[in-house]
Amino acid sequence: MNKILVGLKRVVDYNVRVRVRSDGSGVETDGVKMSINPFDEIALEEALRIRERGEASEVIVVSVGPTDAQQQLRTGLAMGADRAILVETKEATDPLTTARILLELVNRESPDLVIVGKQAIDQDHNQTGQMLAAIWGRPQASFASQVRFDGTKATVTREIDVGLETIEIDLPAVITADLRLNEPRYVKLPDIMKAKKKPLDILPIGDLGVTVAPALRARSFEPPAQRQKGIMVQDVGGLIGALKDKGLL
Amino acid sequence: MARILVIAEHDGGCLNPSTAKCVACALDIPNPEIHVAVFAAAGGDIATAAAKLHGVRSVIQIDNAANERPLASVLAPQVAALADGFTHVLGPSTTFGKDLMPRVAALLGVNQLSDIMSVEGEREFKRPIYAGNAIVTVEAPADVPVVATVRAASYKAVDEDNSAPVEPRSVSAELPTHTRYISTQAGSSDRPDLQTAAKVVSGGRALGSSDNFELIFKLADAMGAAVGASRAAVDAGYVPNELQVGQTGKIIAPELYLAIGISGAIQHLTGIKDAGTIVAINKDSEAPIFEVADVGLVGDLFNVVPELTEALKS
Ligand SMILES: Cc1cc2nc3c(=O)[nH]c(=O)nc-3n(C[C@H](O)[C@H](O)[C@H](O)COP(=O)(O)OP(=O)(O)OC[C@H]3O[C@@H](n4cnc5c(N)ncnc54)[C@H](O)[C@@H]3O)c2cc1C
Ligand SMILES: Nc1ncnc2c1ncn2[C@@H]1O[C@H](COP(=O)(O)O)[C@@H](O)[C@H]1O
Repeated sequence: MNKILVGLKRVVDYNVRVRVRSDGSGVETDGVKMSINPFDEIALEEALRIRERGEASEVIVVSVGPTDAQQQLRTGLAMGADRAILVETKEATDPLTTARILLELVNRESPDLVIVGKQAIDQDHNQTGQMLAAIWGRPQASFASQVRFDGTKATVTREIDVGLETIEIDLPAVITADLRLNEPRYVKLPDIMKAKKKPLDILPIGDLGVTVAPALRARSFEPPAQRQKGIMVQDVGGLIGALKDKGLL
Repeated sequence: MARILVIAEHDGGCLNPSTAKCVACALDIPNPEIHVAVFAAAGGDIATAAAKLHGVRSVIQIDNAANERPLASVLAPQVAALADGFTHVLGPSTTFGKDLMPRVAALLGVNQLSDIMSVEGEREFKRPIYAGNAIVTVEAPADVPVVATVRAASYKAVDEDNSAPVEPRSVSAELPTHTRYISTQAGSSDRPDLQTAAKVVSGGRALGSSDNFELIFKLADAMGAAVGASRAAVDAGYVPNELQVGQTGKIIAPELYLAIGISGAIQHLTGIKDAGTIVAINKDSEAPIFEVADVGLVGDLFNVVPELTEALKS
């Protein structure tokens, strides 16, 4: 395999407890820790392992986002990616527009494989990989927990509601990474230094000639309904009593 | 009028309960005319089951040997072809729908709306973001179809009191051969299904081994409950992945949920927000799970769970 393209989205770190602004205009992201979307770290780790096994020659990380997304791309380079591309945009793009941008890069780079996360944990869309596969006219293997290659084919095990499903796909294709695909490596300090020298291209979104898809408009934001703190019981007898009171036993 | 196409989920023989929940969501859209599409190799029985669902106007049965297994790349062009003339195309927010519907939306040139939790208008819906830490009201653009997935835990299945006409149909679409089904490894279990059970008992990392996880299975059996698990328990290999509850596992809404040796990380809580009563058993009185539990018991699960199981048996 020649190249693998990996999507890295800059998102609010998964440990941050996100809050809705009191005026309902959005969620508070000022001064909040930002990271690579956790599923995308897994996607990148898988691409690196494929390259390290000698089954691919180059791993390119791609982000569509603000200038600051360079930080996440640098982390991706420090993990081991060979080069990075930032498609720079002030306004966040929605999944179909992101997929169209990724397709434009696919047309320029001709990768044999694109790996993205199964979902970005900010908007929780779970769409971009499937959409890229659709408009590219290529196979998709979503929610992958194991991937094996055999020449121009890949065998992918997917996490589905009833258990695991295995499919075979022809390359090139899109794979979306689930949590159990692998455990991403930690970045070491010397790698961070080395990553500074690796190429990171910045393309203004306007230069790609991509048509923006009809957008879903966010009208208002609200916090979720809060559950009330309940009662504490002292022992098993108390627990059974409480459940009987609620008519649950 | 809203002409709504609901894509049925099934296993080749039986209709999945997620379909009746999608129909419930569709009924909340103003002036709905609901049609259910069944794509299968031989979907007669499934179509008959779908025709019973309350509020359904007709069932469209598309039989094709290529539809033997639900491969998104094979189904999507057929759904896109059938979608012509519909204002809304809905599928469930299960792994089936999450795989298929974005591919359909992209073929139709629209974004998909993920995880509808309530309908606010013909094109206005609420959905969760940031693992359910915020709810956003979104408006879909006019003049293009709304393609969406429905968060099953937000809806009750409609009744089966209907007998809508079943209409066999063929759709012309070019079907790819680049994706081939090989096998499914499904956990076989006589226990209630995690996604539809009224009671669920879940275990976490604290169980420590798959042998110890038997304690959870025994308690579940004494209660007639389904079994679930935290991600930590799944990752450690105590139980298979299909038992995971949470943001990236199953989103469930049982009447009673028991979280045993589970700390209550936000990603886990996302999966149980709609549970009726949450019971937490944890030896750490500071565990975040107690913030959301309706009934909490501080104690060592290795003492509490066997005692509770015995008490429920007698
Ligand atoms: C992107 C992403 C997605 C995720 N998705 C999910 C998801 O879908 N579902 C999910 O569950 N997690 C998910 N997680 C992981 C989540 O953040 C937590 O790591 C996980 O839920 C912890 O599992 P746990 O509560 O079993 O383990 P721990 O957090 O280790 O908690 C164990 C608990 O057991 C208690 N305990 C220990 N011994 C005993 C005893 N003898 N008796 C009683 N109590 C005891 C401890 O006090 C502790 O509270 C996700 C994480 C990420 C980053
Ligand atoms: N702006 C972006 N830049 C790079 N990759 C993205 C972007 N948005 C989404 N992706 C990729 O697509 C996956 C699914 O995202 P989503 O469809 O938004 O849930 C993510 O895990 C990323 O790998």
